[in-house]
Amino acid sequence: MAKTQVSLTVNGATVDALVEPRTLLIHFLREQLSLTGPHVGCETSHCGACTVDLDGKSVKSCTVFAVQANGADIRTIEGMANADGTLHALQEGFREMHGLQCGFCTPGMITRAYRLLQENPNPSEEEIRFGIAGNLCRCTGYQNIVKAIQYAAAKLSGVAFKEAAE
Amino acid sequence: MNDMTPPSAERAEKLEGMGCRRKRVEDIRFVQGRGNYVDDIKMPGMLYGDFTRSPHAHARIKNIDTSKAAAVPGVVAVLTAETLKTVNLAWMPTLAGDVQMVLADGKVLFQNQEVAFVIANDRYVAADAADLVEVEYEPLPCNVDPFKAMNHDAPVIREDLKGKPDGAHGKRKHHNHIFNWQAGEKAPTDAAFDNAEVTIKELISYPRCHPCPLETCQCVASFDKIKGELTLYGTFQAPHVIRTVGSLISKIPEHKIHVIAPDIGGGFGNKVGAYSGYICAIVASIVTGKPVKWVEDRIENLSTTAFARDFHMLTEIAATKDGRVTGLRCYTIADHGAFDACANATKWPAGLFSIITGSYDFPAAHVSVDGVYTNKAPGGVAYRCSFRVTEAAYCIERAMDIMAQKLKMDPAEFRMKNLIRREQFPYKSVMGWEYDSGDYHVALQKAMDAVGYTKLREEQKARQAAFKRGETRDLMGIGVSFFTEIVGAGPSRACDILGIAMFDSAEIRIHPTGSGICRLGTKSQGQGHETTYAQIIATELGLPADNITVEEGDTDTAPYGLGTYGSRSTPVSGAATAMACRKIKAKAQMIAAYMLEVHDDDLEWDVDRFRVRGAPERFKTMTELAWAAYHEVPPGMEPGLEAINYYDPPNFTFPFGAYICVMDVDADTGEAKVRRFYALDDCGTRINPMIIEGQIHGGLTEAFGIAMGQEIHYDSDGNVTTASLMDYFLPTAVETPHWETDWTTTPSPHHPIGAKGVGESPNVGGVPCFSNAVNDAFAFLGSTHIQMPHDHWRTWEAAEKLGLHA
Amino acid sequence: MIPGAFTYHRPSSVKDAVALLATFGDDGRALAGGHSLIPMMKLRLATPANLVDLGGIAHLKSIRQDGGDIVIGPMVTQHELIGSELLTQKIPLIRETALQIADPQVRYLGTLGGNIANGDPGNDMPAVMLCLNASYHLAGKSGERLIAAREFYQGAYFTALEPGEIVTAIRIPVPPAGHGHAYQKLKRKIGDYATAAAAVVLTLKGSEVTSVSIGLTNVAETPLFAEEAGRILTGAMLDPATVKRAVAAAEKITAPASDRRGTPQYRTKMAGVMLARALARAAERARSA
Repeated sequence: MAKTQVSLTVNGATVDALVEPRTLLIHFLREQLSLTGPHVGCETSHCGACTVDLDGKSVKSCTVFAVQANGADIRTIEGMANADGTLHALQEGFREMHGLQCGFCTPGMITRAYRLLQENPNPSEEEIRFGIAGNLCRCTGYQNIVKAIQYAAAKLSGVAFKEAAE
Repeated sequence: MNDMTPPSAERAEKLEGMGCRRKRVEDIRFVQGRGNYVDDIKMPGMLYGDFTRSPHAHARIKNIDTSKAAAVPGVVAVLTAETLKTVNLAWMPTLAGDVQMVLADGKVLFQNQEVAFVIANDRYVAADAADLVEVEYEPLPCNVDPFKAMNHDAPVIREDLKGKPDGAHGKRKHHNHIFNWQAGEKAPTDAAFDNAEVTIKELISYPRCHPCPLETCQCVASFDKIKGELTLYGTFQAPHVIRTVGSLISKIPEHKIHVIAPDIGGGFGNKVGAYSGYICAIVASIVTGKPVKWVEDRIENLSTTAFARDFHMLTEIAATKDGRVTGLRCYTIADHGAFDACANATKWPAGLFSIITGSYDFPAAHVSVDGVYTNKAPGGVAYRCSFRVTEAAYCIERAMDIMAQKLKMDPAEFRMKNLIRREQFPYKSVMGWEYDSGDYHVALQKAMDAVGYTKLREEQKARQAAFKRGETRDLMGIGVSFFTEIVGAGPSRACDILGIAMFDSAEIRIHPTGSGICRLGTKSQGQGHETTYAQIIATELGLPADNITVEEGDTDTAPYGLGTYGSRSTPVSGAATAMACRKIKAKAQMIAAYMLEVHDDDLEWDVDRFRVRGAPERFKTMTELAWAAYHEVPPGMEPGLEAINYYDPPNFTFPFGAYICVMDVDADTGEAKVRRFYALDDCGTRINPMIIEGQIHGGLTEAFGIAMGQEIHYDSDGNVTTASLMDYFLPTAVETPHWETDWTTTPSPHHPIGAKGVGESPNVGGVPCFSNAVNDAFAFLGSTHIQMPHDHWRTWEAAEKLGLHA
Repeated sequence: MIPGAFTYHRPSSVKDAVALLATFGDDGRALAGGHSLIPMMKLRLATPANLVDLGGIAHLKSIRQDGGDIVIGPMVTQHELIGSELLTQKIPLIRETALQIADPQVRYLGTLGGNIANGDPGNDMPAVMLCLNASYHLAGKSGERLIAAREFYQGAYFTALEPGEIVTAIRIPVPPAGHGHAYQKLKRKIGDYATAAAAVVLTLKGSEVTSVSIGLTNVAETPLFAEEAGRILTGAMLDPATVKRAVAAAEKITAPASDRRGTPQYRTKMAGVMLARALARAAERARSA
């Protein structure tokens, strides 16, 4: 199958590559760009482990062909840290609040939470849960993920964070 | 006293030892997307394998034509059973004493069973080629109903077992029969029932479900022809067992097999056994001379790898009319699928099911389990089950509610009346288990007080009246569950996996500058071992947890262990860690005595140092002693500071808990909403409360999924209808309730640090709690038992049967 | 997990898209948001040799008022529908429905056009379009035409679209100011298709229903327009007896599939329950408007 040229920005760097039309964006990122942060957890677009940020949208990269991302600006978990190398407030929050266990859903979850906080910098618990409904987790039961996102929201807004009772 | 010495409490806090909410070490790489999972592994020249699978549940294979697949550019080889037969690997032994086809040999026995393995230079090409393998099937009648498996006219599934009436666990009474296993005493139990004032009898089914970790099963096999050595990366909860079994079946000597389990994206018992994919990848690597990666997709995972449960328990309780239980009887049909690949310890074909008397003081009990073959995927023990303890706990907790209802007693009050009393510990159950410790009444009372139980029952009564008056269509249920589970497999006299005793290990080496490395035979798949084992060492040795590296999963460097499942890591390797620390500490004490010129006995331990009794200003810290161990040891002593311990536990441990759930059920749609869930767990000594809470949240969420909608469902033609995440119910953050966690602590008297393990408790205790809540909502209308899962339509049907929609 | 091979095309105009699809016939499929088609391709339930990506056609993405109608381009995403001030003000039923479709990621890319043109009985927007009496502008090799949504759906995955035709606009008459609306969806979990769902738009004068329009989702091979139920309620009060008759009429036209969401009997009953609840909520909104 003839390959197509794609040119896009990934984590701030320009990428030029050849892909088959049917190459899924998740495989392009993981295998051609060696960005193994986003993961594959299903093949029916349910689990969200493959979530990336594409042109300001949270996108399941397993349900997009790399050719559709020609010209796009993509951010993965590998591009989440701050410019000075320190962890993003979300990355810090996930650790502080024990928002991960096996770590497999974490890249997709953090990448989605990033866009969620852009959409809504001060979400309620209900809004957070609704906002991450496209990301499945088998380990944490989501409770500490909610706390992690609340931690980050507070930090990014410059307000004090009050952890909810257990 | 040295003026500069900070107080012990301050020094202890800095160590981040046992009991503190130490932040996880693992998180640093995971939040940056730098985990190292199997599918992240790239090796030069690596090929990809993919399966052609059977659409039929039961069929003879007339012909397999691989020529079209082999002709696809990029395909390197196609394996079938015929290929595997040349290396005697068409069949492999299972953990349960049975054998299993690696690739379909003459027939297929369950839908999606592996028929051919295509190897290509690209995973897309492998997928294309797998579609091009042409298989001619002759469908056969199938059976997916365990109750029909032993009918005289039931289809023969295992033709390979024809004429073999002796199974791995005794005589087989039918061609689809696997084993019969019994525990307890039949005669006294039957007598208890014959003389009973009140009895209940109910068929309590625990449907087939699946652990569904977010990462599927996968491996990379790389056989080095020149060295004759196999390196195998994989999703292995028990890497050493994989190595030993791999050696036995492949005949590659064990010292030439390097098994490495890197980061694993969730296990939950799905990643214990050996799968066809692993064997085929190994053979493919040997045949092609290149590394071969196999990654299954989600449908493959849900429909062919180790399922859980499928236990159908006809259960009876006998009691006095004032509510004292006198006997328990249970006959179970266990659906094992087409091969018995149940991951149990050898002597226990029904696992630890005989924990079924649970938290209650039964004077007589007897269970009998018949395992049967059906045209379904193999497995059975998985999904935080502690070896069938989830089944036992679900059974007893449901049955106790049914009996309470018959006696017109409150379910909590009925439990209080029958709970094992504090004075009875260590408690010898009639099933032969010695429960190590517990204070059950205090725990249940604490749970009831925390939720305001009496007020909740009053509210429920008012709601029932309002419902009957037509003022509301919402029913209210209160579920109570008091579970005791049995973990920490296990004592070598009782537990072995394929003959290997179920000890576990810890090897600790302290470096000259006072930091160290600990390697163990367990393998975390998210439980935080890199963080928690270091906390044990920090407390035992007085070295900061941050200075201890913890490693698991590389069989070349880790001491032999049986892996992580059944909540065994803390009870067994946690004990080994403490014991190894104590050997190190004993040597350090001798060095300290030598350096301080006192006798060993003149020293006392103070958080991070040995000090002279009566002269505390004279001390040596563990850091100083580490240096001394490499610099100048007492004459006659070996240098170095390390120890290894292989721990054979003297007994299992018995975590327990009291859970209470409040549910509101919409009678008109069958929707059930959890209003409140309170979980009190007693896991003995609590190493890291933050991690314990995380385990409880996660386990309760899995339990919620199981109770409220998960099912691996087969239609009567053997088609698995719930094999994708479209239909297999994994709750999102929206459906998942808020969890309240609490605890009591009754340390295990036989464990070096008193810890019991906790990972599976929430699934064990959670499922019956949810189910009891739903059942409790309808009980006042005369309903005794509504089967799980409590999805909307089934709950609605229960309401319909009770005439609630007229 | 891996789709079959195909050739990819990304035209920049409707004319080019239609021409390409005409050339390919059965060997070509239009790609909108991709969140119905790509999952099917990954399971190899769809294996088009050619994909015509409509994402490069700018003017398929607008939302505008045109006289008494609102016209929405087919490539407008669910996310954009939710964020549209115009729709929130004029046709709030659309926003309410979009919020109940799938999850945030799918809504970022899933389109209105894809949702209404796929013919999947599980899609939510078709019943809403029936309820709103929308019509679809189509373009194909034989030219352009307009078809009522109520005449568009013929069977599961079977619509009035001729081979090579695409939807170029969705035209919706703006409901009267002060109308009440509701989309009541029973589902197993967020992201699931409906076990049963009801879309209702109505107007009240005092307690009398002056107009009402009902669509039902996923309780037949096509979305259903509950005409008889609407007739029973028009000019009547929303008292329990009338609602019960309307519910019975709605139940009568259902023919649900049996799947893991429930038995056909259950799903029919749930269509009725969702309808009753949608009517109640719509009425409450109309009263407080």
